[in-house]
Amino acid sequence: MSINSEFIAFFILSVMAIGGAVFMINFTRVIHMALALAFTFLSIAGIYLQLHAEFLAVIQILIYTGAISILMLFGIMLTKNHEELKSSIAPWHAVLSFVGVAAFFGVLMWIIYQTPVISEPSDGEGWTILQLGERVFTEYVIPFELASILLLVALVGAVVLAKKEEK
Amino acid sequence: MVVTSYLALSAILFSIGLYGVLTKRNAVIVLFCIELMLNAANINFVAFSKFGLFPDLAGHIFTLFTITIAAAEAALGIAILIALYRHVETAEADQFKSLKG
Repeated sequence: MSINSEFIAFFILSVMAIGGAVFMINFTRVIHMALALAFTFLSIAGIYLQLHAEFLAVIQILIYTGAISILMLFGIMLTKNHEELKSSIAPWHAVLSFVGVAAFFGVLMWIIYQTPVISEPSDGEGWTILQLGERVFTEYVIPFELASILLLVALVGAVVLAKKEEK
Repeated sequence: MVVTSYLALSAILFSIGLYGVLTKRNAVIVLFCIELMLNAANINFVAFSKFGLFPDLAGHIFTLFTITIAAAEAALGIAILIALYRHVETAEADQFKSLKG
């Protein structure tokens, strides 16, 4: 694999993404975990930029690094978390989970590297927001409307669930 | 760049998320790890949108829908968590033993 600017950018972005995720698993304070995960989401937006998905990169930053991180911070602050997270799961549980996930990861990587790559990458010619909007509002208009109904139902449901019950 | 690099990155992120879901006790962190797994799937969609046998914008559109669903899911998850917290005074997932309030 030749070393070019695209490879260097991908390398830095993926190290940032994986580093953020690993730190999220290893930090003990919940707020630090939230910030590490926001960092990972930001790096994934960079990966989208590299894949000619500029609109998705902006959406990723707006929704994930912005909205969902803040929502999770609210969730953390409205529930009382012990300052240091107790790591009181049984050791055999952690070891068993690690072995299972490692086996899953091994199978996944084996499949990925076994599969032959036959197609040439597209250069993203003509993949503009205009074309994306045309596709969404013609071909995918029914899923789009369903998504709006789903968001409305989720909004109402979240308000009803989180509302204080009157005694 | 070849598609396998993106698929490998996505597999690593998914595995980290899966490990977090299996071992963490705090329900907020479990929700976090689920978001991480959804993001890993989104990277696959966008990568195949560029590198697939028939490169097409459909992968981007599917990712848009996934992000929408994930946002709704996160909001509902936090709402359920707060409602549960009001009853059992804890945010640890293994303390939630009863569906009844």
